[in-house]
Parts: sequence; C-alpha cells; structure tokens
Amino acid sequence: MNPRFKDPRLYQILVLSALLVYGVSRLELEIRPLSALALLGTVLLTQYTCTHLWRLSAFDPRSALISGLSLCLLLRTNSLALAVLAAAVTIASKFVLRVGGKHVFNPTNFGIVATMLATGGVWVSPGQWGSAAFFGFLIACLGGLVVNRAARSDVTYAFLFFYLAVLFGRALWLGQPLTIPFHQLESGAFLIFTFFMISDPKTTPDSRAGRILFALLVALGAGFVHFVLYRPNGLLLSLAFLSPLVPLIDRLLPGSRYVWRRAEDPASTPAPVLLEERRFA
Amino acid sequence: MKRLLIVLLSCAALAAAAGTAFAFCGFYVAKADTKLFNQASQVVLVRDGDRTVLTMANDFKGDPKEFAIVIPVPTFIQREQIHVAEKALLDHLDAYSSPRLVEYFDENPCAPRRYYEMAPAPAGQAAAGAAKADRARSLGVTIEAQYTVGEYDILILSAKESQGLETWLLENGYRIPQGAARVLGSYLKQGMRFFVAKVNLKEQSKLGFTYLRPIQVAYESRKFMLPIRLGMVNANGPQELFVYALTRKGRVETTNYRTVRLPSDTEVPLFVKDEFGPFYKAMFAEQVEKQDMRTVFLEYAWDMAWCDPCAADPLSADELRQLGVFWIERRGPRPDMIMPGGQDVFLSRLHLRYDSAHFPEDLVFQETADRQNFQGRYILRHPWQGKEKCEAAQAYRRELPKRYEQQAQTLASLTGWDVNKIRMKMNLKAKTSGPAEDEPWWKTIWKD
Repeated sequence: MNPRFKDPRLYQILVLSALLVYGVSRLELEIRPLSALALLGTVLLTQYTCTHLWRLSAFDPRSALISGLSLCLLLRTNSLALAVLAAAVTIASKFVLRVGGKHVFNPTNFGIVATMLATGGVWVSPGQWGSAAFFGFLIACLGGLVVNRAARSDVTYAFLFFYLAVLFGRALWLGQPLTIPFHQLESGAFLIFTFFMISDPKTTPDSRAGRILFALLVALGAGFVHFVLYRPNGLLLSLAFLSPLVPLIDRLLPGSRYVWRRAEDPASTPAPVLLEERRFA
Repeated sequence: MKRLLIVLLSCAALAAAAGTAFAFCGFYVAKADTKLFNQASQVVLVRDGDRTVLTMANDFKGDPKEFAIVIPVPTFIQREQIHVAEKALLDHLDAYSSPRLVEYFDENPCAPRRYYEMAPAPAGQAAAGAAKADRARSLGVTIEAQYTVGEYDILILSAKESQGLETWLLENGYRIPQGAARVLGSYLKQGMRFFVAKVNLKEQSKLGFTYLRPIQVAYESRKFMLPIRLGMVNANGPQELFVYALTRKGRVETTNYRTVRLPSDTEVPLFVKDEFGPFYKAMFAEQVEKQDMRTVFLEYAWDMAWCDPCAADPLSADELRQLGVFWIERRGPRPDMIMPGGQDVFLSRLHLRYDSAHFPEDLVFQETADRQNFQGRYILRHPWQGKEKCEAAQAYRRELPKRYEQQAQTLASLTGWDVNKIRMKMNLKAKTSGPAEDEPWWKTIWKD
C-alpha cells in the first residue's frame, strides 16, 4: 500500500469536507461560503507563514486543513474579521503555545474557545444536526477508527466510555428515560470533538495510561460544565481548560511521542522525536 | 420598476393556529374529569446573565376553578418575585413578531418609478394558571411559601421524594397523570422546587377579569431552560409552544434541538390574503412534518434598537419593563440608539410543536452573538392592471403566467396543499394554457 494513503489525516479531510457540503446544502447550517473560504484561506496562510517563520523544512497543509474544516463546521459568527482572527489564532497556537517541544492545545479547540471568551462575538451551535447527519457522520467516524487503527484511538475509546458513563449515569440517577442521554449524544459537535479534537495525537498525553486519565478528566469536566454550571460548550471548554495538564501528565506517566507518518517515510518505526517534532503538524 | 405599497396584514389567529394541546412547562391538573383543552402556550423569557424573568400565558378556556398548574422552578421564589401581567402585553409582543403578509403592487411597466410606505398590523393571545393548598409534612412535602398574587393562589413546594409529592397532590384534589411521579422525581433530584398555582375565585371576581392573566416569575439561576417534560406526561397529542426570548446580546437558540428559520420572503398567490390564518397553520404543520417534528422554528429575530422601517408598532420601554426587561431604564431609551424609540433588546421568537417521542429532553437555550434580523414574511404581488401596450408591458404580461405558476408551486410546497386546487383558486387554467399575450393585438383595442 502506498504509504501516502496511510496518513489518517487524508481520510479525516475527506470526511469533514463531505460533512461540510452536506451541512451547507441540506442542514441549512449557517455557514456562509465567504466565511468558509476566509477560514480555510486563513488557516493555510497562517500555516504557511509560520512554517517560514519557524524555518521548518516543508509546508504541510493537511493538519491545517483539518483545523480549518472543523472551524467551518463549528464556529459561527457574523463577522468575517472574527472568523479570520479565530483561524489565525487556531494555527498560531500550535507554534506559539508549546511546552517541551509539544503544542499544548488542540488548535481548533483553542481557536474557538479563545475567540469565544475574548470577543464574545463567536459562538458554537451544537444543536444544529439532524439524526441522519449524525448517524452518517458517526459511521464515517467509526470507519475512520477501523481504517486508521494506528492513530492512537485509545483516547477516543476511553473518552467515549467515560462521557457515556457520565450522561447515562446521570440519567439513571435522576430516573430519566434513556432517550434523554441518547438525545444528548446526538450532536455533530460531539462527534467532531470525540473523533477530531480529543483524539489529536499531537496534543494528547504520550502514554496510554496518561491518555486514559486525560479522557476521564475531560469527560468529567464536560459533565461539570453542562450539569453543574449549566453552560453550553461543555466539551470545548473542558478540553481547553484541561489541556495545560497534559505536560504534567506526561511527566508523571511518560511515554513515546507521536509523529505523523510521513509520506516519504514508509517505516513505521518511530522517527527520532526531536527532529520530527520540528514539523509542527 | 415596481411601485410598492406594503400592507402588513394581521395574523391574529396565528398563534392560536395550534391545535389541541395541554400545557407547556407545567401540566394542568383538572379537579373534575373534564378534559381540559387549551391551544397554545406562550412563554416570555427575559434573560441577562443569570437573571431571568419568566412570563407564562396560555389559552385556558375551561372553568377557572378547574385550572391548576405545576411548574418546576430552579430556586425558592419569594412573594415579590411573582407578578401577574396584563394579557395585552403578550398580545402586543405576539403581534409585533408574528409572521406577516406584505402586499406589493406592480407598477406600470411603461412608466417606471418607485416609492413605498408601510403600515403596521397586529394580533395575538394569552392567558394563564393558578393555585391553592396546604397540608402534610409527613409525606415529605414542604409548603415553603404560600402567596395570593392577583387572581392566583400560589404555593412553592419542595419535597423529599416524588412519591410523597404525588400523593400530596392527589390528596389535595389534583389529578396527577400516570407516570408524572418519575418526572417529578428527576426534577426534585436536580434541586428544583414546584410552583403550584390555582385561581382564587374571590380575588378574580373582585378584580373583574374574565380571563386568566399571565403569571410572571423573576429568579436568578444558571439554568437557561424551559422544563417541558411534565407537560408531556398527560398530553394527548402534540403541543404548541411559543417562546419569546428578550435578551441583550443576540439571537437565542436551543442547544439540544435544531433551530431552523421558518421559510420566509416568498411570493404566494393573492388569495392567501383572505386565508392567511389557514396558510400559516398549514405551512407550519408542513414544515414540522418535513423536519420530522424535531426542530424548533425561528419565526422572528429582531434587534429592537433599530427598525427601519418598523414592521409593526414596537413595544414601548414601559411595556418591555412590564415584561421583565429589567435592564431598561424607566426614563427611556439609551441616547445612542439608532432610532428614537429603539430599545436595547434583542427579540427571538421560537415556535415548536412537540411531544415526548420527538422532544425527550427539556429545552436548553443559549444566547448567541447573532444580531441579524429575520422575520417570517410572505409576499403578495398584485399584477399591474393597466392597458398600455408599450414593449415593456407586453414583456411584462408574457412573464405573468410563469410568475403565477411559480407562486402556485411555492404555496404547494410550503403548505402541502394540492397544487391543482391552488391553480383553480388562482383561476390559472386560462392563463397557463393560453396566455392572453398571444391574442391578436387588435382584440384589445376597443375593449374597455
């Protein structure tokens, strides 16, 4: 198999693009073509600029595209300037906010939360997904897990387990019918979060134990925001506020660092960490 | 090239268009076996930060002594936090935000010029619930407070467990529907109290109202939600709910259900003018069906700080304060308002038809930063009736059948009505089969 196709990011780009097209054409998601173009253009431009500023060897648009597509699907704003700002912050965070040679935040997560908290002019509409879109997307996401076994999907599984435990546990405790937690899960934002954000191998803890611990913390944090603070965007806020713990978790539970498989590097043996980390993917 | 004369038609029956339903956040509990019938519930949610003012109104048509509502509330409520509002306030809010019909008159295509003017229009509805009580602590039920406000007797109840609460309600003559205990229990575990209201007949006759006025409650809570689950326990069929959210920052939407804009800004046949009520009702039903009854519809979103032009007589600062918009100064609007009379308020009108199968969870809202205006608006376009024969007029006439057909198709798709019946009502047959424009030119010379 051509190693080029083993990069899980290509599959992710495909799935997110399909979802974006479906969302705009069928779900009336309020994504204006101009905003989408601005978001995608800005992420690529920022990635390109930062690649030069940090003197990296090659410009790699793949991760930036995933961030851009996720922003298109999640971020809502009436202001083109804020869209551009969010996109720039998203990519720049990868280069600027680093601890121990690893970026601290999932870029999309940071871009959305930072712009939302700082400007108040952007928002996320988590409820705008129909069942059909949800289940189609779910299947695509699960398919991605199977196809890309290698890509540290343990954090996704662990998070799914803990988050479901939070939702179903709460419903059972309250004596609510189980249709309620099922309904709470039926959100495209939840899927993007689970399969594209928390699973980001570049920002999750290095060891398996660390990742499982992190997934537990994020699930509890999201439950806290939703059911104690009664605020929307529990998943995004929880991940953003808990990500700074990752360096600490890495220190307590060390492991080997993840690198994206390179097209020109078919070997699956881990490349030297320091060198590869300069790629900032 | 059009001369526009916009006439805004009232859509009184609209809110009422509903259908059968029971209650909204609470449920009605009849003392007798009479089936309670009520049409649509209306809720005004005023919110800024955690401060909330909830106004509840509905179209209760039965005997006032049969009326009782049980509503979960997130905090203890003191006497001063409860108020009874004037029904006219909700009527005005409804009229201001209702979907509307606008009329345009095509101009003489041979002599184009333009101007337009607007005239407003209104309509609406409202009403609300009541209470009474006292008794057993042995059941674990605590009557935390007891007030008479306006024509209502109100109790604030808390309980240790749902069974006790259910028993208490039953012992006090409330008919609790099967299965309510479970729902009551889930609210109790979330630390919620129950607001129980009935009509105090003596007070009502003293006050002289023949209808039930909306009840208002002001409270501070992180929860930006409406409990709808209780109301679905004893519902026979889907219910109708209008939520008017008055906020400062922008449009309000549900976070756990899709919020979709009602189709708007489309041309419909002229006969809809006389059938706007049925049109709106049919259109809403059709859209609900198209969305599999799983969405909340946005019918109106308006920045009340400006209106150019004002589509309908806007609410005054005093009316908004009455509705609970606590951040508005009594003195009047902010000096930096774009329009005189403008208020620092964003109004979102949400409309939903729901039942427990499609809306399993209480409605949870969020305020977005979206300040774009939106209204449900349907256009009547009167053709130009002149006899002139310039080239533009001929081209204009040739286009008319196409336009009529388009309008018929649009109406059919919006409402689910039979397109052939629509064509018949529009007298389209002659026009579609043999356009008048194909007549020899001399046929019309000496016609008057």
